[in-house]
This record gives sequence, structure tokens and C-alpha cells, in this order.
Amino acid sequence: MALQSLDIKQRSATTTPAPQARQTVEIAKLIDVSACIGCKACQVACMEWNDVRDEVGSCHGIYDNPVDLTENSWTVMRYAEVEEQGKLEWLIRKDGCMHCSDPGCLKACPAPGAIIQYANGIVDFHQENCIGCGYCVSGCPFNVPRISKKDSKAYKCTLCSDRVAVNQAPACAKACPTGAIQFGSKEDMKDYAEKRIADLKERGYEKAGLYDPAGVGGTHVMYVLHHADKPDLYSGLPVNPSISPMVALWKGATKPLAALALAGVALGSLFHYVMKGPNEVSKEIEKEVEKEDAQ
Amino acid sequence: MQMNRRQFFKICSAGLGGSSIAVMGFSPTAALAEVRAFKLARATETRSTCPYCSVACGLLVYSTGDKSKNSHSEIIHVEGDPDNPVNRGTLCPKGAGVRDMMQSKDRLKWPEVREPGAKEWKRISWHDAIERIAKHMKADRDKNFVAQNKDGVTVNRWPTFAALAASAATNEGGYITVKMLRTLGVTQLDTQARI
Repeated sequence: MALQSLDIKQRSATTTPAPQARQTVEIAKLIDVSACIGCKACQVACMEWNDVRDEVGSCHGIYDNPVDLTENSWTVMRYAEVEEQGKLEWLIRKDGCMHCSDPGCLKACPAPGAIIQYANGIVDFHQENCIGCGYCVSGCPFNVPRISKKDSKAYKCTLCSDRVAVNQAPACAKACPTGAIQFGSKEDMKDYAEKRIADLKERGYEKAGLYDPAGVGGTHVMYVLHHADKPDLYSGLPVNPSISPMVALWKGATKPLAALALAGVALGSLFHYVMKGPNEVSKEIEKEVEKEDAQ
Repeated sequence: MQMNRRQFFKICSAGLGGSSIAVMGFSPTAALAEVRAFKLARATETRSTCPYCSVACGLLVYSTGDKSKNSHSEIIHVEGDPDNPVNRGTLCPKGAGVRDMMQSKDRLKWPEVREPGAKEWKRISWHDAIERIAKHMKADRDKNFVAQNKDGVTVNRWPTFAALAASAATNEGGYITVKMLRTLGVTQLDTQARI
């Protein structure tokens, strides 16, 4: 197997550092919510490329279909009807993995090599190394990973790492008929977003802006929002996403402390053995016990 | 393996300690990873047109094999054709999922007929189907054709017949379809592209 077709930045539960010398382009996907018509071509293209098919569901009286991310639906459109500035607005957000620079899933993951962050920014799950513990689900500030009922492994958007590795855009970005999903270097995407935001501001959306939250070190899936001051309008997009402090506690303090305690016990036993030696049983007791056994 | 009770305990505790230390992150693993292999590498790429609507988006249909004599192809992926000026690589949800229609068990691949009163559909040849349709059309037109309305004005109408044109038809195909049907007196005429 050819290894490392994309340079690795981080690998879950791995202390060996990855090679860091090469500088590759940081990529990003930009979702322009103001240009989205909610056609779901991205959802279909995602399933088609990744060879996953969801079960045919039922109508819940809303456009969201399926109503939530699943192990087979790595992206879903979320439709929110809100009243802003005295008029009804239909805010349609393409939900899915944000590919954080500081990924909570990777931090929380205890399985070596189950979650990889590539140097280009993609955070990818390797199901063959996944143990299905679900820590990534609690570690994710955006509630994205889903555990499959079929194989008990975690699945989510890969940002089409297999396409990006051969210099192709993700399937969703390629399919999008209105150009609401753009793909390129993170720098280019920020420039593109700036133009879109200027246009929106001109059209009366004074609070238009880019969603690239600093709480997770920035993301590699960014949104252009008409109401960047209120991301929660967009079906609960977190205002200040950050990794749960429990993850930091478990990986930051608990783990080295436990390792230290373990090493202390090992060292203590060694000293005990050197100083006191093995536990000796006196001849008299041994005889007594033998006598008892004989009876 | 021969061992006494004491040795057994020693081995157990050493194993437990070792594996605990490994779990705590003392055992170095190589920082290696690999993305999923690009599934279109060396697949056969075929240009096609989306069958759904009159926009007629360009498709790239990817299939296994290289069309050599003994290799049977299977379509594995469809995406938009970036060189087609109509869609420049993009697709709508129907086009993006067209592979599932191509490979659907319910896809109609040949003409079928259900005789009056029959419950089952029966496969017939294209020749039989076209002839049968022509005969039905002729009989119906002969019976219901209206040459003049009640005021004596020539109208040449065939009111009992409706036609639905295919979606992927070109301008030229559409022109010929309309010409031919209007010649017969058809007034109800539409195209699948509007559905």
C-alpha cells in the first residue's frame, strides 16, 4: 500500500510526530448560504461518490430529508424559517463536518490512526482503525460524527479526501448548480467570501460575514452568512464552538497522570523487591499448613 | 509450558503492566495514513447527456474495464461534464443521482403491452410496438378527427389524442416533433421537460 498520498499533520492517539517539513496548500470549502437554493444536489452527489445510500425515510412535514446526519448521510440541508428585520427569511444551511484546524474528534479519539488530520486541513476518519467508542461524537463541537449501526464505526464527511488527493474538488462542490459551494485554497476562499460579503452588505445585510470560528482554530469548511452576528439562526450553528473541557481533561491531565501513577507503581514494586525481596514464608508456618492439608 | 503458581502471577502482572503502559501511549506507532484509493483511476469515461429535463446537462459516465473483449463493464459513477457549456460540471439532485435510475430494477428497457383485461405486462418487439401504436392512432384519428367546427370553419383538429415529447430532444428534434404532430391535427402537446 502506498502510504501518505497526503501529508499528515496529526494522527489520533499517536505520539510519534508526523513529518512536518513539506509545505502544502491549505484547502477549504466555502458554503455561501445566501446563494443556496436547497436543491440537495450536494447530498445526492455525496452519496453517489462515497458509495453510501441512506434508507428511504418518511416526510416529517419539513424540507429536511433526512432530518439529521446519519452514517450514510454525511451532509444534510437544514431549513430554518426565521423572521429578521420584520420579514420572513428562509435560511438553508448545508450541515456536515467543518474540518476544524483544532479537531475535537481527533483529540478525543483513543484509537491510534482512526482519525487523521492532513496537512491540507482535511480531518478524515479511518474506519479500519475505529473501535466504535463514540468519543469523537462527544468531542465534536458541531455534533457531526455518527456511529453506524451496521459495523459500529464512526462515519462523517471526508471532504472527499480521495478526490482532493488527486486534485479534484469534493463531489458536493462540483455538483452545486448555483455555485453556493466553492472549493479552493483557504486563502482564495477567504478572498471570494470577502467579495460575497461586500455584495450582501450592499444589498442591506449589514451584518453579513464569514463563519470561520476561532474557538476551533478556524475551519476548512466556512460559511458566508447574511447574519454573521447570529449564527444560531441557521439551524443552531454554534456561536462560539469550542472543544468540551472534558476532552482536555481526559487527554490533557488524566492520561499523563494515570501514566505517572502506573510508572510510580512499577517503580515502587521494583524498589520493594530490591529492598525487601520476595515475601518469605517461614519454615514453621509452612509445616503447619502442610499439616492442615494432610488432615 | 510448566510453571508454578508464583511464576504464573509474575507473568500475569508483567503482561498487565506492559499492556497498560502501551494503552497509555508509551508504545510508539508510526504516523501513517492513507486516503481511500481514487475509484475512477483507469475507469472508462463516456460522455452522455442527462435524460431528465430539457436543460440536457452533460454527464461523464464512468464504468469498469477498458471495453476489451472479455471484460464486462459496469457503471460505477456519474458526474457532471466540466467541458459541457450547459452545466460546466454541475448537476441537480436528479442528475447527480442518475446512476441509481440507470441501474434501477424498475427501469423500463423495452416496449411492453398490457392487453385489455389482462393483468400482466408482456414484452413486445420495437417493430410490433410502433406498428401497434400507428394502428391505434389511425383508428382513433379516423373516428374522431374534426375537419370543420359547427360554424363550418375548417379547423382540422384531432381532439382525442395527446402527445408528450421526450426531454432530451434537441431544438431540431423538437421542431420536427411539433411539425409532425400539428400536421396530424394534434392540439394537446407537451414535453416531459416541463414535468
